[in-house]
Amino acid sequence: MAEFKLPANSVVQDGKSFSAPANAKNTRKFKIYRYDPDSGDNPRTDTYELDLDACGPMVLDALIKIKNEIDATLTFRRSCREGICGSCAMNIDGRNTLACLKPIEDISGDVKIYPLPHMPVVKDLVPDLSQPYAQLASIEPWLKADSPTPPDGERLQSREERAKLDGLWECILCFSCSTACPSYWWNSDRYLGPAVLLQAYRWLADSRDEYTGERLDMLEDPFRLYRCHTIMNCTNTCPKGLNPALAITEIKKMIAERGA
Amino acid sequence: MKMQSDLGRVRGLGSAKSGSSHWWAQRVTAAANLPLGLWFIYSILAGHTASFDAVRAWLSSYFHATMMVLLVISVAWHFVLGLQVVIEDYVHNRKAEIVSMLLIRALAVFMTVAAIISVLRIVFAGA
Repeated sequence: MAEFKLPANSVVQDGKSFSAPANAKNTRKFKIYRYDPDSGDNPRTDTYELDLDACGPMVLDALIKIKNEIDATLTFRRSCREGICGSCAMNIDGRNTLACLKPIEDISGDVKIYPLPHMPVVKDLVPDLSQPYAQLASIEPWLKADSPTPPDGERLQSREERAKLDGLWECILCFSCSTACPSYWWNSDRYLGPAVLLQAYRWLADSRDEYTGERLDMLEDPFRLYRCHTIMNCTNTCPKGLNPALAITEIKKMIAERGA
Repeated sequence: MKMQSDLGRVRGLGSAKSGSSHWWAQRVTAAANLPLGLWFIYSILAGHTASFDAVRAWLSSYFHATMMVLLVISVAWHFVLGLQVVIEDYVHNRKAEIVSMLLIRALAVFMTVAAIISVLRIVFAGA
């Protein structure tokens, strides 16, 4: 059955607390999920009180400040700090997003930070994304064509053909959407999830790709594609403002079209 | 111990190459349920189901009997398709999944056939 409650050794307990400096005026509490599989302990939420006057504006700035100045054991992924690498995807204030794009001032009350939901946790805010990466590889996200490359240049595309890729190529594969999807939580072993399906559509929509039929064959499956019930959590949570639900619907329409 | 690669596990047994007819049938039956359901609600409001004799008189009409049989088939089909999705979503024990799928289909077929025979009996027995 689907899992509706946490296993006993996954129940989150209250952890340590760190207060802000006494002279701080503008303080905010950050409650952060901590888990170290090597310790054998249950996960816990540690509370860090920060002086926001001495901190950058984004949630990622706060995490870096905590790691640098308060608790070096806090573990999270980050790289570009400008919403292009997708490393710092996590659940902030109840919603999957990128820590680097989420302003602290947009959150009222304590800032609660958890790893992406329903993924195995490597440590603290670092989820194991091996499965979605393998699912991405399974849809073969690269141009496949039998026509040889023109000898004198690139494969051409009209402006209209190129426009069909807008809203698709911008995906940075942070997997905020897939891990916000209940269908992906319950059936991630077989359902590809919105992020990978958006990538699949990115190649279906590409006028230069010549393997549309094979790609649709691979996707037409009660679990791989049709676990999507269009509840649109994916579109709602996407930190880049993309619409994976629409891409999935377009795939379903393409399959319906060739069957008709 | 499992040492299969992630990609091998994800590819699994391959695509079932089905699911689109289920998806389409779910939408077609939903669309059919709308006019059939409106007709049924109208019939109740018009008093056709007020008494035993009223129902017999109402369903002895070929039009209303046809609409009733179509309603029963469309609703039962939609019911099976919908519950199938719920079971596929939530029941991950393979045996329980197969047994519950078969039970739901058996229940739907039994109720559909029973309802159709009841309607036909009224039609052919006369009001």
